[in-house]
Amino acid sequence: MAKSVLIDLTRCIGCRSCQIACKEWNERSVKPTTMTGNFTNPPELNSECYTRIKFVEQEKAALPVWNFVKDQCLHCKNPACASVCPVEALKKTEAGPVTYNFSRCIGCRYCMLACPFYIPKYEWEKAVPWVRKCTFCSDRIAAGLVPACVKSCPTNTMLYGEYDDILKEANKRMTDSPGKYVNHIYGKDEAGGTSWLYLSPVPFESLGFNMNVPTTKLPDLTWAYIKKIPAVIGVVLTAGVISWVITRRNENMGKEE
Amino acid sequence: MKTEHEIKMWTPFTMLMCALMGIGGLILLVRLFKGLGAVTNLNDRFPWGLWIGIDVLGGVAMAAGGFIIAGAVYILNMKKYRPIVRASILNAFFGYLLAATAITLDIGLPWNIWHPIFMWQIHSIMWVVAIHVVLYTTTLATESSPMFFEKLGMEKAANFIHKIIVPVVLFGVLLSTLHQSSLGAVYLIAVGKLSPLWYNSQFPWLFLISAVMMGLSMVSFETILSEKFFGHKADISILSGLARGVLITGVIYLAIKLWFLISGPGIAAAFNGSMEANMYLLEMVVSVIGPIVFLSMKKVRENVKSLLFVNAMVISGVLLNRLNVSIFGVYRDQAATGFSYFPSWMEFVVTLAFISFSIVGFKVCVKYLRVFPETETPH
Repeated sequence: MAKSVLIDLTRCIGCRSCQIACKEWNERSVKPTTMTGNFTNPPELNSECYTRIKFVEQEKAALPVWNFVKDQCLHCKNPACASVCPVEALKKTEAGPVTYNFSRCIGCRYCMLACPFYIPKYEWEKAVPWVRKCTFCSDRIAAGLVPACVKSCPTNTMLYGEYDDILKEANKRMTDSPGKYVNHIYGKDEAGGTSWLYLSPVPFESLGFNMNVPTTKLPDLTWAYIKKIPAVIGVVLTAGVISWVITRRNENMGKEE
Repeated sequence: MKTEHEIKMWTPFTMLMCALMGIGGLILLVRLFKGLGAVTNLNDRFPWGLWIGIDVLGGVAMAAGGFIIAGAVYILNMKKYRPIVRASILNAFFGYLLAATAITLDIGLPWNIWHPIFMWQIHSIMWVVAIHVVLYTTTLATESSPMFFEKLGMEKAANFIHKIIVPVVLFGVLLSTLHQSSLGAVYLIAVGKLSPLWYNSQFPWLFLISAVMMGLSMVSFETILSEKFFGHKADISILSGLARGVLITGVIYLAIKLWFLISGPGIAAAFNGSMEANMYLLEMVVSVIGPIVFLSMKKVRENVKSLLFVNAMVISGVLLNRLNVSIFGVYRDQAATGFSYFPSWMEFVVTLAFISFSIVGFKVCVKYLRVFPETETPH
């Protein structure tokens, strides 16, 4: 069964323990950043940062409120990144994580173009660059541990478990506390469903979530083309042979006359 | 036709191109030892830039003339085009060499370029593309090999290729159909990222049709230039035949483009004054509307100078289409996040170096090989 995480944004206090735990477990260094006018740091995920907390300042009843959004790979159930990878360097594992195998990678960066959430990042500055993104701590999961970020959270913002149980719990929280959450589980349908799900007290678009993500399985978009290839081969070869036969015959008839 | 001694090798233009190749080579050395970030302005929101847009997508489209002319001559038996068949195939060969070299240096780990041949992932368009590049470059090498065999005095080998040329050409036509369209299919996954002015679930076929337009124009363009610089005489009927081909393909292309526009984002989307809308309009005028208007006049189709101009329009217009799909069409969302992309001077120089390589390589071949045989002997 596939593992899953529910992120309940009503619980996050923005302490960034998850950000630090992630860095430590995955042995990431830091990239210097500059002040951008809010507390979100770094301003974007990068090859050294697999997860971060976005600080979103909003107003409620004329009073300022903070909303904190944990940002990382959503580990799609049918990941676009893995489907476009020409060498299966990115792969959806049965355990749930979308993992990266550097020894297969050629560095084409198609995964970066394909990901609807802009998650894969590249080591542009290195001569031997890796694609970098959240691993869902696949190594910890394999060892029976919970992901580093989940483990470090002091407020249980994240709930880790089997996908079906997690989805059930998300629905339960919404029915148990009417009005506490907006009526949407982000990740339930986005990109055909993701292994990481979100509950939010305010509309997701106001927190900067990408609402343009189609709900279809993205790999189907390219498969629609690829599955036509055998037919194209048949048509082109048949048409080619027929035209060749006809034009030769015309030429020979011309000679006889 | 001028003999090999009459084509002057070291003209100032050729020297400039060789200098560009030298500088480009140095930049690529820096790229290999310091990484892509040291020479390009690529970033996490713009993973693909000028090299993919022009060198790879453009280079492959420019090479489309090879399969069209080879198919017309060897399969449809259109003898009229026989005098330009070798040049078209050679031109395509250099186009693919350009694209293949560019993609090898654009990927992060060039020494792993062979992986797709052994690590199959049939769900990936990129894998499909990679296999096509390998197979079609080999096919083009086979199709152009008789020229080299003749030069080396290997008559038997040349005759052998002549015997198998029809199936080889047919294989090439098949690979090109698939490769040109699959380069468009690469962007099918970018739904919601690529502007609906270009995105359409059927737009791989537009890549194929525009490549045919581009290929015919390229062949005509290169035939006119070879005539001017290499003293080779091309019959005007060949050029006007190619122009008619561009016209017919252009009308089909325009009809489909308009249909996609109307059934997709709507006509208003092309006139809302945004950067992408303006780029779309510019592309439409230069790549297809302008050429159709000019080529529908018989006067233009039979005048070498006018044809040269229209061909240049089609070539730059279709190149602009590839840039629009790869860069401008995905710009909006990224710019909103504070990322932007404009190629570094080094990316420009490397692109010019690749193009120079194709031109100089073609010139050397024309000088030393029988690219334009004066009299055609039936095979």
